[in-house]
Amino acid sequence: MINYNKMIFELSNPGRIGYSLPKERFPEYNIMQIETQYLRKDELLLPEVSELDVLRHFTNISNKNFGVENGFYPLGSCTMKYNPKINEEMAGLKAFRNLHPLQPAYTTQGALEVYYNLQQYLSEISGLHEFSLNPYAGAHGELVGLMVIKAYHEDRGDFKRKKIIIPDSAHGTNPASTTVCGMEAVEIVSNERGRVDLESLKAVLSDEIAGMMLTNPNTLGIFENDICEITKLVHEAGGLMYYDGANLNALLGKVRPGDMGFDVMHINLHKTFSTPHGGGGPGSGPVGVTEELTKYLPNPKIKKHENYYYVENSKDALGQISSYFGNYLVALRAYAYIRTLGKENLRLVGPYATLNANYISNALKTAYDLPISGYCMHEVVFNGLINKDTEVKTLDIAKRLLDFGMHAPTIYFPLLFPQSIMIEPTETESKETIDDFINVMHKIAIEAKEQPEILKQAPTTTPIRRTDEVFAAKMMIFSYKDYLEYINNRG
Amino acid sequence: MFKYFPHTKADIDAMLESLNISSIDELFKDVPESVIFNSDYDVPSYLSESELRTHFAELSKKNQELTLFSGLGLYDHYQPAVIDALTSREEFMTSYTPYQPEISQGTLQYIFEYQSMIQTLTGLEVSNASMYDGATATAEACFMACAVTRRNKVLLSSTLNPNTINVIKTYLKYKELEWDFIAEKNGVVDIEDLKNKLNKDIAGVIVQKPNIYGIIENYEGFSEISKANKSLFIVNADISTLGVLKSPKEDGADIACGDCQSLGMPVAFGGPTLGYLATQKEYVRKMPGRICGYTHDLEGKRAFVLTLQAREQHIRRSKANSNICSNQSLMALFATIYLSIMGKNGLKQVNNLSYQGAHYLYDKLVATGKFFDPFQKPFLKEFTLKTSIAKETLQTALLEKGIFGGVGLDVFGECYEGLINFSVTEKRTKAEIDNLVKIVEGLS
Repeated sequence: MINYNKMIFELSNPGRIGYSLPKERFPEYNIMQIETQYLRKDELLLPEVSELDVLRHFTNISNKNFGVENGFYPLGSCTMKYNPKINEEMAGLKAFRNLHPLQPAYTTQGALEVYYNLQQYLSEISGLHEFSLNPYAGAHGELVGLMVIKAYHEDRGDFKRKKIIIPDSAHGTNPASTTVCGMEAVEIVSNERGRVDLESLKAVLSDEIAGMMLTNPNTLGIFENDICEITKLVHEAGGLMYYDGANLNALLGKVRPGDMGFDVMHINLHKTFSTPHGGGGPGSGPVGVTEELTKYLPNPKIKKHENYYYVENSKDALGQISSYFGNYLVALRAYAYIRTLGKENLRLVGPYATLNANYISNALKTAYDLPISGYCMHEVVFNGLINKDTEVKTLDIAKRLLDFGMHAPTIYFPLLFPQSIMIEPTETESKETIDDFINVMHKIAIEAKEQPEILKQAPTTTPIRRTDEVFAAKMMIFSYKDYLEYINNRG
Repeated sequence: MFKYFPHTKADIDAMLESLNISSIDELFKDVPESVIFNSDYDVPSYLSESELRTHFAELSKKNQELTLFSGLGLYDHYQPAVIDALTSREEFMTSYTPYQPEISQGTLQYIFEYQSMIQTLTGLEVSNASMYDGATATAEACFMACAVTRRNKVLLSSTLNPNTINVIKTYLKYKELEWDFIAEKNGVVDIEDLKNKLNKDIAGVIVQKPNIYGIIENYEGFSEISKANKSLFIVNADISTLGVLKSPKEDGADIACGDCQSLGMPVAFGGPTLGYLATQKEYVRKMPGRICGYTHDLEGKRAFVLTLQAREQHIRRSKANSNICSNQSLMALFATIYLSIMGKNGLKQVNNLSYQGAHYLYDKLVATGKFFDPFQKPFLKEFTLKTSIAKETLQTALLEKGIFGGVGLDVFGECYEGLINFSVTEKRTKAEIDNLVKIVEGLS
């Protein structure tokens, strides 16, 4: 049997084809009529394979992947809930897939209606006034949200507000987005309860503060119970509050960011609203704002007059951050999800996700070090095993889980604890699945004490074992061309 | 009960009992009472699966599916059936960023293959694992040029796609960087103006081919002039056309960027598509986004991993090259499967068939006497004309016959007034093209 796991280039056989193109219809023309100075001379290193070769190759390598349908995927902060099949079917409709975004609005009313209504639903769920669905991903939403904040201050003639307060527990994208937006991240430490320390916050407030970015529940999975005081302090200092929607799933049905005093936020549709993560995207990061900030949302905007939807570009907008309407077909899936759940079921998402996480937290705290006591929200963070006398680290626990057919939680984040394990079960997991996970985690805790070498060797049942990351960084083999050179040089 | 929530009453009771509480509400005791949301969201009631299908069928009727003779960055190329069959596999679709390489070799291997294909098409040494779209990729290329040269201004060709220009301007404005335009002369970027505007502040020079008019620009001398000024030369190119056109490397580019929609992706009302970004290894540490590298596991088995992560936000936080986290991985799989199917010969044929159809239509339109070409420059699959027909008359007449084409470039602004775009891919048949010509022949 041919090894279809080889790189696609290694399956190539000169002359073989996998495509099916129409016959030449206008033979009097030929691309070689373009002057040679415009044409490429370098040979293309692309594979020549049959259609079946392509199918076998990608099917084989897909078998080395682990998706939500393979098993439990408790990757904290990523909300790996079930991605409904019906949403895929709707996103596959030709009437949406084949629309060109420059088509006149009267030929795209259905598509514009989906966009408009989704932004309305998100506004309602968030307690904010209006959303733009144009940002392509969560981090892109953060950048756009920060642009809104900067535009707001500059519009008022206040050019010295360039600092954004960010807790040390925040996602790395928060400070990174701040820098990209031409502002400065001011980090504040968390208190012993894992929450924003009000005194540290007060100490950095000044007339140079543009705003504060906050994830709530924070990345420790706990609710910032001083939230009303935090938003009050920041607002009094003239700053705006930014809500990082990465953890919005916990709040669905219980709390709206706008009601907590947030002015700007993004939502990760690929987390809370069930769109597939696609091995790392495409996501979608709609940005929502209060009524006062609505005019700054990016172009193009979709508006409604009576029952007609149209596209508008406004001068007040912060500018354009995408060519058109963002990852439109991702938004369409989120729309299908919201319509499927309806108001009756949307309100159960946060409570069930929170119940699942607390059940895990409670069941594992006898073996794993729970640094912050009390109830968690949609996810729980442990700081490795309680028993610190073994050589076993969080990395080993994560790798061992793979042997049991489960995806690992997020590890070594948040940075507040040296051995962080962040577990997010989501509301789509059953008690049986969670009980199974709990049993495995206890088994691993026992192994750590009795047979630590098993954990150090793990995983052993996966398509490959632990990898040599130093080699990858040192050799910098980034393409098949590099690989061929490496093989030739090695002899 | 609801189909996505497996919680039975008995499950909930058992879980609550283990937590020693009587209701889920008790878990929310950290939330101040004043912000608890106690009512229903004002969103519609739930729909069953068949009701949802009916709802979407009704929405679909409000969209008009048209025969596309439109381009301007999004093209109606043929999408092999294999792409949907493979990209919908849950192992690819429902996984996330490959943080655990032991169970993510599928994703990592196709990213490596994708990077390899971008490498060969651009001729540059290293591609990242994907950007959001062509416009944001070009904006990131501007940031890269500023970071590499430690300068703060870029020169933008006036013949870039206006969407790309607008996105770059937004990115640069908020990062407090500067830009200026290189003038256009007869439909192409003017090298004399470039010479005038280069100075010690210029980090990079950004050009596009085929440009907004569909014209294949000639960059002879651009790279040398830019390099003499220690500025980076950045070429934005429709990736599909690089199957036949000179590669950015052959143009002397330091960075190549652009959109990959033309590689097997639907126009999809503008997204998702995929941006690519490639450069030489000397600049790799200033590159944004994820990069996949070749290595081996502890038994010596071939393996792929994310590498050089110290550039990225989750490690470097405020000092990262970029804030990009989730990218467009699944769309990179679209591109990889497309290029596997097409191979080097198929991609050439796609370009040739598109070229043939576009030139046939061009000649027919000019022959009507109602269109003329203000530029007279080489083009590939789309071209720009002026016409004596009122643009509303033209577009409406075509739309009535189910054709979207003859797009007025003034959708992007008044400076393009009077310019009309037509785009032809290998999907357009002779009958479709002849029909379009027949319609415009009847217009005045």
